[in-house]
Amino acid sequence: MMVLILIGIYTPWLKDTRQKLNFLTTPFYQVTDIPRRIGEWGNSVFTSEKDLRAENERLKIEVLIYQRKQQQMAALAAENVRLRQLLNGKDMLQDKVLIAELIGVSPNPLSHIVMINRGSREGVYEGQPVLDAFGLMGQVVEVDEEISRVLLISDSTHAIPVQVNRNGVRAIAEGTGDLNRLSLRHVSINADIREGDVLVSSGLGDRFPVGYPVAEVEQVVRNSGQAFARVIARPMARLDRSRHVLLVFDTHNQANSEQGASPAPAVRPE
Amino acid sequence: MIPHHWNSYLVILASFAVAFVLAVYPLPMEWRWWRPEFVLLVAIFWISVFPLTISLFFLCFLGLFQDLLEGVPFGQHSLSLVIVSYICILSYQRVRNFALWKESCWVFVLVGLAQLPDNWVQSMTGRPLAGLLFLAPAFSSALIWPLLRMLLDRISRHYRIT
Repeated sequence: MMVLILIGIYTPWLKDTRQKLNFLTTPFYQVTDIPRRIGEWGNSVFTSEKDLRAENERLKIEVLIYQRKQQQMAALAAENVRLRQLLNGKDMLQDKVLIAELIGVSPNPLSHIVMINRGSREGVYEGQPVLDAFGLMGQVVEVDEEISRVLLISDSTHAIPVQVNRNGVRAIAEGTGDLNRLSLRHVSINADIREGDVLVSSGLGDRFPVGYPVAEVEQVVRNSGQAFARVIARPMARLDRSRHVLLVFDTHNQANSEQGASPAPAVRPE
Repeated sequence: MIPHHWNSYLVILASFAVAFVLAVYPLPMEWRWWRPEFVLLVAIFWISVFPLTISLFFLCFLGLFQDLLEGVPFGQHSLSLVIVSYICILSYQRVRNFALWKESCWVFVLVGLAQLPDNWVQSMTGRPLAGLLFLAPAFSSALIWPLLRMLLDRISRHYRIT
């Protein structure tokens, strides 16, 4: 048994077996999903007209606001393309997304892994970035036919390359095993990072796309006796509350892997 | 202490299936520590009823299945399940004479013991744990044990599993 454990942890030999046997576990997660489905069905059937009207009003207003922003966006995007052409840079690629729903949380209290209801059938792949409406949530680590598992950025085995949105200072944000804390690794003591800075994904490591918000710096402790500052950040994504998540298909990455020239990712789940 | 009827086996398997569902039922992230170890509790109960029938081999496979279900390294749960079951098999004659609250205390010890290999494996995968939080499942398991015990007693009486 101990040998099995050691093999499972230190070698990838058992990964295939696990992948093949995973279909056995799907029914259990589907059973635990039933109460939620009933609740959702109940919500959609028993809603009062008044509530619907109010919601409709609110949504219309929101659409107006977003339309206004969209108009600006078009102009800004065009300007961005022109500037990029001036700089001889590559065009920004529009990312394709797929909406998925959370159906389970890993029962192991030490790991921050959630299950979503999309799998290889919809084209989900390992290492795919996952977002919610507020920021980056994590990446896919295991893909089944209908279910995949997502490692959240707060897991203590996860790290993500980030940069400060204000000035582009780069760092690596590590999970701490606490849902509301990430810690930045090896930030030199005189680096320009302040409380309230927004950290966005830097795209280094070729795993996460550039420019999605990851966390907000909460606390910076500079102890002159130490070489590195201690920086604590709070994830922007609502890691424990979001129900709907977005799977991003990074067109740039896929093209790379098709050529078989995908560079080794800097961020690897263990 | 050997079940005569094939339906006893069915009931045992069904109870484990329900325990597996409860073991993966999604809980909010911070509350997951307080989930009782249902599979272990059900195993402890059936061992006290049929100490000679529930084989360690069967329990080992149950543990492996739980590992697969929870996505933890293979062997983590089966190791703790087998260790605890062995202790149960050695001690069932004494434990049968305990009062219910004493049994609860015993369950607390057993589940706490099962947490040790669990945390050992988890810290090898890079998720170390500090503090006494690992005793939380043992605590909740001990609290829920009287309820589970009465429920399973009733079920086994209803299906005449003796």
